[in-house]
Amino acid sequence: MYVAVKGGERAIGNAHAWLEEERRGDVGVAELSVAQIRGQLALSVNRVMAEGALHDPDLAALAIKQARGDLVEAVFLIRAYRTTLPRFGAAQPVETAEMACDRRISATFKDLPGGQVLGPTFDYTHRLLEFRLAAEGGTPEAAPENPAAPEPVPHVAAFLGRDGLIEPAGDGEAVPPDLTREPLELPACRALRLQALARADEGFLLSLAYSTQRGYARNHAFVGELRIGKVAVEMDIPELGFPVEIGEVTLTECETVNQFKGSKTEPPQFTRGYGLAFGQTERKAIAMALVDRALRWRELGEEFTGAPAQDAEFVLSHADNVQATGFLEHIKLPHYVDFQSELELVRKLRAEAEASA
Amino acid sequence: MTDAAYNFAYLDEQTKRMIRRAILKALAIPGCQVPFASREMPMPYGWGTGGVQLSAAVLVPEDRFKVIDQGADDTTNAVSIRKFFERTAGVATTTRTADATVIQTRHRIPETPLAEGQILVYQVPIPEPLRFLEPRETETRRMHALGDYGLMHVKLYEDIARHGHVSAAYAYPVMVEGRYVMDPSPIPKFDNPKLSGCPAIQLFGAGREQRIHALPPYTNVVSLDFEDHPFEASKPEHPCALCGATESYLDEVITDDRGTRMFVCSDTDFCTSRRDAALEAAQ
Repeated sequence: MYVAVKGGERAIGNAHAWLEEERRGDVGVAELSVAQIRGQLALSVNRVMAEGALHDPDLAALAIKQARGDLVEAVFLIRAYRTTLPRFGAAQPVETAEMACDRRISATFKDLPGGQVLGPTFDYTHRLLEFRLAAEGGTPEAAPENPAAPEPVPHVAAFLGRDGLIEPAGDGEAVPPDLTREPLELPACRALRLQALARADEGFLLSLAYSTQRGYARNHAFVGELRIGKVAVEMDIPELGFPVEIGEVTLTECETVNQFKGSKTEPPQFTRGYGLAFGQTERKAIAMALVDRALRWRELGEEFTGAPAQDAEFVLSHADNVQATGFLEHIKLPHYVDFQSELELVRKLRAEAEASA
Repeated sequence: MTDAAYNFAYLDEQTKRMIRRAILKALAIPGCQVPFASREMPMPYGWGTGGVQLSAAVLVPEDRFKVIDQGADDTTNAVSIRKFFERTAGVATTTRTADATVIQTRHRIPETPLAEGQILVYQVPIPEPLRFLEPRETETRRMHALGDYGLMHVKLYEDIARHGHVSAAYAYPVMVEGRYVMDPSPIPKFDNPKLSGCPAIQLFGAGREQRIHALPPYTNVVSLDFEDHPFEASKPEHPCALCGATESYLDEVITDDRGTRMFVCSDTDFCTSRRDAALEAAQ
């Protein structure tokens, strides 16, 4: 009985000891270091940082180790830690146009200022298992580097914007609301929606975005641009009176260019969807941009077709995997009091049904 | 024995202040769901994070804390939450209802009547009594604002028309001071009468849903019903197999694989106290 009348405390202690043993696994095999996870499972680390909403690769790697590779559990560990951290202030908005790009592609223009830079991507790899890696592949040869000095990489949407072919990006609110400090109130402005999407579960966003491609609020998205690289984080220091660079973060930014036939209020022009996430997380960033665009139906005067991706209340209420997994898994907790009351009711209804039969 | 790295009762004082403000607002408007900026806690959403945040916000070092889950002090999650506050707040804990100043509960109200000065903190999964009739928060908030509870009455009526009874056996909806329809959390409807006129403060916390609602002492709480189908607080028709109580809520325990059952008090403190008292009287 997992709810022993006595002994629950000892059972919990023992279960946790066993968990710890399982986490370590076979002691005959070398232990994983946090540095190994950070360096070699970087895309897991990136996902945990993005959904954990905390940019700290070492802590994310530690969380992955502690969670035995369960990324949702690792996200939860990071969130629970993050919420205890004091806040010194807010950074300046990061300037993604000045990103030092490792990767930058546009699906809308064959060539463009800044060029197409593939970067370290799985795209065009043949998905064949590399058995070489099973035998501990060793050190790969260094990839060739481009000797040319990096040139500026302006945003693709800016080219379209000059001719008025795409809607202006809009300034948003000067001080956006903070999802982690105020309860989510609906309807939510775009800044708040984007915050929620940035920390949303990748799988959930992927499925929603996919559903828009299959016709549930189709919005004809092109990847105008996908860029991955480092940006400087600057903060205003009140004593100094000017912003100071406090570090760098790697970001993935996706801007989609979406077809738009115009509406009662807007002329025909391209519209935008926007995705941004920590680290190299391009599936997440693209999915986010598609869902962002779908959620914008009201401000663009489009029709609400009842598609899940258009429904802000549905999307925002269910996108957070820490909330979702907690509530889903809570049904493992004892419910015998509620179940008892249901049992009684069913017995009573059955007795009455039998009596009247 | 508190962890120096964390503030008293885990949450920082700013967060506690934010929660206390929500509590005061909730107490001022009994039964109304007040939004609050719920934090991620080191236990999962759905496992009592709302209750834990309320307890953290109301606990002071002099408190004596009791935690029950399904009426019992030693169910796994109750043990876990009690240990959390032993560790982060260093408060005294107890299993005796009468000795506790703050009681955190999941799914039960203790059998022993509560007194003035006590605080009962409920863990709440879904605070919105209308949620399963109307999934949209924007809609249900409007319905509460207008006192538009027709949908709820129709639902109860349909239950009676179809089954002869209201089909809610737990989380049975109540009307608070004639104004707000409230979800009392998934307590069995047997416990509903204890909500009304209670001398203790009753606080309800839903962490994931970011809502707090409250009943100040001696609030009038009425379980929804119809004149010709009055509310009935039901329980299994047995005495407790351990202490013989006939007035307490019972759990059904299956004792072998032939379906033999016994019924015992769900409130472990109530049951133990009665057995101790009987033993003492016998000696």
